Amino acid sequence: MTSVLATAAASSTAIGFIEVGAVALGLSLLARLAGRLGLPSIPLYLLAGLVIGEGGLVSLDISADFIARSADIGVLLLLLTLGLEYTGEELVTGLRRGMTVGAVDAVLNFAPGFACGLLLGWRVVPSLLLGGATWVSSSGVVSKIIADFGWTANRETPAVLNLLVIEDLAMAVYLPVVSALVAQRAFAATTVTVVVAVVAVAAIIAVSVRYGRHLSRALHGASDESLLLAVFGLTLLVGGLAEQVHVSAAIGAFVVGVGLSGPVQHRAGALIAPLRDLFAATFFLFFSFQLVPSTLARAFVPAVVLAAVAVATKFVTASLAGRRARLGAPARFRAGALLSARGEFSVVVASLGSTTADGSDLASVAAAFVLLTALASPLLAKWSARRPAATTTPV
Amino acid sequence: MREITTAELPGVGVRQEFVTAGNERVAVVAHRSGRRELALYRHDDPDACRAVVDLDSDDAATLATLLGAPHVAASAAAMQPIEGLAIDWVKVGAQSPAVRSTIAQGGYRTRTGASIVAVIRGDDTMPAPGPEFVLEAGDVAVAVGTAEGLTELRGLLDP
Repeated sequence: MTSVLATAAASSTAIGFIEVGAVALGLSLLARLAGRLGLPSIPLYLLAGLVIGEGGLVSLDISADFIARSADIGVLLLLLTLGLEYTGEELVTGLRRGMTVGAVDAVLNFAPGFACGLLLGWRVVPSLLLGGATWVSSSGVVSKIIADFGWTANRETPAVLNLLVIEDLAMAVYLPVVSALVAQRAFAATTVTVVVAVVAVAAIIAVSVRYGRHLSRALHGASDESLLLAVFGLTLLVGGLAEQVHVSAAIGAFVVGVGLSGPVQHRAGALIAPLRDLFAATFFLFFSFQLVPSTLARAFVPAVVLAAVAVATKFVTASLAGRRARLGAPARFRAGALLSARGEFSVVVASLGSTTADGSDLASVAAAFVLLTALASPLLAKWSARRPAATTTPV
Repeated sequence: MREITTAELPGVGVRQEFVTAGNERVAVVAHRSGRRELALYRHDDPDACRAVVDLDSDDAATLATLLGAPHVAASAAAMQPIEGLAIDWVKVGAQSPAVRSTIAQGGYRTRTGASIVAVIRGDDTMPAPGPEFVLEAGDVAVAVGTAEGLTELRGLLDP
């Protein structure tokens, strides 16, 4: 009897390895293809998820749980590395300088998603989540395009990066608020949770700006191995604690990233990057893996329209931000092309709502939307780079 | 010395630029990783680059030497072969005792081993500040030292 069980367990382990291995190899080929085509890898990972998902070509049975857990870790590592990009001071100065542009950006780009959700007859909470998904540009995709095109020294780049900082900070407030709303408790309880969440985020960021360097100093002497484990452990621990008090785990991870500063910040960033790539790939894969085929079919038209509108609203935002920074029309066009890209944050936001009513429709629209905008952005960027500057269409 | 304007690039580093006598804008992007980019701008689209040269720290030191900056070149050359020597931007905090005191009074080099090689104030950059240089709140000190030394310096300038 026991030997039969043991054999069954062993073969399921074997099948699990085979499935995960095949998936990882498939993702590796996609990452390579994306690099060859000069495209971000997120849309390709999302497509891969569709292929192995429900109603797709292949199905994963044994390893779905493992991939689900890896996907959760992927979100935390994505947010950790985002936090590591910025120092606390950069967040504070960014906030001080970019309030107006940030507010315009929020209104213009939240509106299309929110309106789209309501027009599709969804409830308010999933519509709020779709608004969040259209609001935030993808820091990952934008910084990749800037690096690939050699645009770091361009004069629109500071404006674009500042806007990304503001959006990321705004997400630190938005995510806990919508998490509380998704939890769907009585009005009073929700209000309390929202207040607790916002106060907690503000307090954590204040503490990390002020005392983060003590943490950094404590970690500084660590070997690479020990530092990697410490940062990984801290991220999951703080993320878990944040989730316990209904501030999203993702924000806990983001704050850990902001808290680390100085030389430790760079080392931790370099050490965690390969781990992030591994887990984040499974996150994107798993997100579209869960999509219900029937909702995907009816998501297509709304997603195309939404993508067109939300690219346009980012161009308007970029144009306003560019005018403030006294940039010419071509530079404003480039900024618009960059900011059009939605990516990791939009998927994180949409995945929050996967358990709500209309959640599977939300996931499908968001996946198709991210796919379209993440492809449109580098293509628009390429187009603007190829055209002679003097004749680039003014925006 | 021409007027240097500075733009911070959150998550990347700092871009500094000036306009030459021949009305050509020249910019240097200092990445946090130590990489430098030297950029020249287009005439028809002054916000975009027509040429970007990637420089690692060796390249940057060599270029500085060729351009005849013996002081910078000497210190850059001296730090080149030394493992673990780093450069960092340290902000002077409003509550710091360093505010309105000179670099000599702070004794930063003696206390941390790190040297302040330039100070960025608003849009101006002052290279090689002397011991009598008075720091102000909001200044950004560009310092060279060991990682530990720079962390200590950060503790002194921005407690």
